[in-house]
Amino acid sequence: MHRPTIEHDREMRTAEPMPGRNTSATPVIRMRGVSKSFTGHLNIGRKVAVEDLELEIRPGEIFGLLGPNGAGKTTTFKMLLALLRPDRGQVRLFDRPPSDPAARARLGYLPENPYFYNYLTAAEFLDFYGRLQGIPAAERRGRVRETLRRVGLEGLEGTALRKFSKGMVQRLGLAQAIQHDPELLILDEPMSGLDPIGRRDVRDLILSMRAAGRTVLFSSHILQDAEMICDRIAILDKGRLRSVGRLDEMVASGVEWFEVTVRGAFALPAGVTLLSRDGQRSLLRVSAVESLAELMAVVRESGAEVFSIWPKRKTLEDLFLREIRANRPDGARR
Amino acid sequence: MEAAGGRLLVNTPSIGAAVHAIALNTFREAIRDRILYLLLVFALTLIGVSRLLSLLTVGNEEKIIKDMGLSAISLFGVLTAVFVGVSLVFKEIERGTVYTLLANPVRRWQFVAGKFLGLLTVLAMNVGLMSLALGGLLLLRGESPWPLLPAIALILVELVVITAFALLFSSLTNPVLAALMTFAIYVLGHLTWSLELLSAKLEGGLAVRLVDALYWMMPNLDRLNLKATAVHGLPLEPGFVTLGVVYGLSYAVVILGLACVAFERKEFN
Repeated sequence: MHRPTIEHDREMRTAEPMPGRNTSATPVIRMRGVSKSFTGHLNIGRKVAVEDLELEIRPGEIFGLLGPNGAGKTTTFKMLLALLRPDRGQVRLFDRPPSDPAARARLGYLPENPYFYNYLTAAEFLDFYGRLQGIPAAERRGRVRETLRRVGLEGLEGTALRKFSKGMVQRLGLAQAIQHDPELLILDEPMSGLDPIGRRDVRDLILSMRAAGRTVLFSSHILQDAEMICDRIAILDKGRLRSVGRLDEMVASGVEWFEVTVRGAFALPAGVTLLSRDGQRSLLRVSAVESLAELMAVVRESGAEVFSIWPKRKTLEDLFLREIRANRPDGARR
Repeated sequence: MEAAGGRLLVNTPSIGAAVHAIALNTFREAIRDRILYLLLVFALTLIGVSRLLSLLTVGNEEKIIKDMGLSAISLFGVLTAVFVGVSLVFKEIERGTVYTLLANPVRRWQFVAGKFLGLLTVLAMNVGLMSLALGGLLLLRGESPWPLLPAIALILVELVVITAFALLFSSLTNPVLAALMTFAIYVLGHLTWSLELLSAKLEGGLAVRLVDALYWMMPNLDRLNLKATAVHGLPLEPGFVTLGVVYGLSYAVVILGLACVAFERKEFN
């Protein structure tokens, strides 16, 4: 099978300040007091999907909407696309209601686990979407070829979608979302189902969109990906917003403690806790830099050997787990 | 992957362009589906078999060919309209392709109109192929196929009405129920005369009002049935075809409007 190769634009990734970033401008997305619930048959079993959601996304930022499965991320996206109507509250896209086609003309959307018409070829598929996006006929053919190249599917114009692997379908989904060069990209779990190369490519694409002044809103439950690229994040759980803010402010505090591995026998100084011992090897928790210096001295004197020192910072995962656990009735681990 | 240059595009397709794109995609889907060919081969076989059946009867051979041929065109057209029509919309929703489609600057009524026109193109192509087969068979026997044209035109109008119902019901309910309801409309539409009789026999009250309401609401598909006239070569009532076309198309527009309203109100969970 064809192995997609990707062309990167490293210069775009490091470009600062980012063109088009203007935090005082009208928000690209604004949700105020938005609630949505679903009822089963005969109005039995009402389930709240999103409750009292307040969200504002500014031009030029990468915003990660994070949360466990069933948190309400997809429902939020569907309300942004006018696929669902909120029960209460106001949703605005570029200061217009999402039901206005002129607002939707400015966005590109990739759904979760996309499935596309497998009776079409890649070129027919992108041409179809190009027509819906209002790309003039004269430009479409060239645009299709160019977009396939951008997502690493170059030369597959005539291949039927039924022959595409899951990762290739995901790439094609991204292609339809970006081929009209939208101001806003809404990506629902864009990394799911991708191998490490595919995930890196999606990350690079998102970063290059920001470098070109575009806004990206994406959902994920892969925190590592979010941590690497987001400007701001929101944590959503059980339909409620638990935390919103700049990622660097939320998680980038200093070193909290050190994890140290030592081989050999030695006496534990103050401020050092033994986490586990495996034969000659001890795993230690060192709470401060002073204690670390003391430990080094003790180890040297006793003839033991320091194997590794790993500074521990608060990560997005810690923040995420804390927020989610705090709202479980028993505070249980997931 | 990389972003494009700094130029922002805020294009929206013209009303016709979006409808045309969706119609073209619907047409492609239908003609690349095996079910369509299965139905078409079966219909063409039936038209061919009518030639064999006509050999078993004395006299009236052409009438048997015409009768079976027109019935095959009508029946297989309706089966295509019901099953392909219902499944085309359902598949878009079930597989989630409708999400990406409607996330574009496309209005929901354009989706319904595009599906409708795409499917009608498929139906017109099918009816055309079946009519060619029937016409060829008649020409081989030295019989003119042209008198069948008004009947075939009205079969097409009937298919327009049935397709509109298929889209309405598939916007409202699940595909099995939608197919059953559309087929029920086809059967009831040919039996409206019996509702008129029933109303005359009932002794007033709520029952009469209900039957009368049903009579007025159902499409009178007998107004679009010229098969007997064509088969037996009976004289055509003046204005019958024109009136049938106007009646059928107006009815279809109303039903299609309701389908658009139903689709507009739909929530995509």
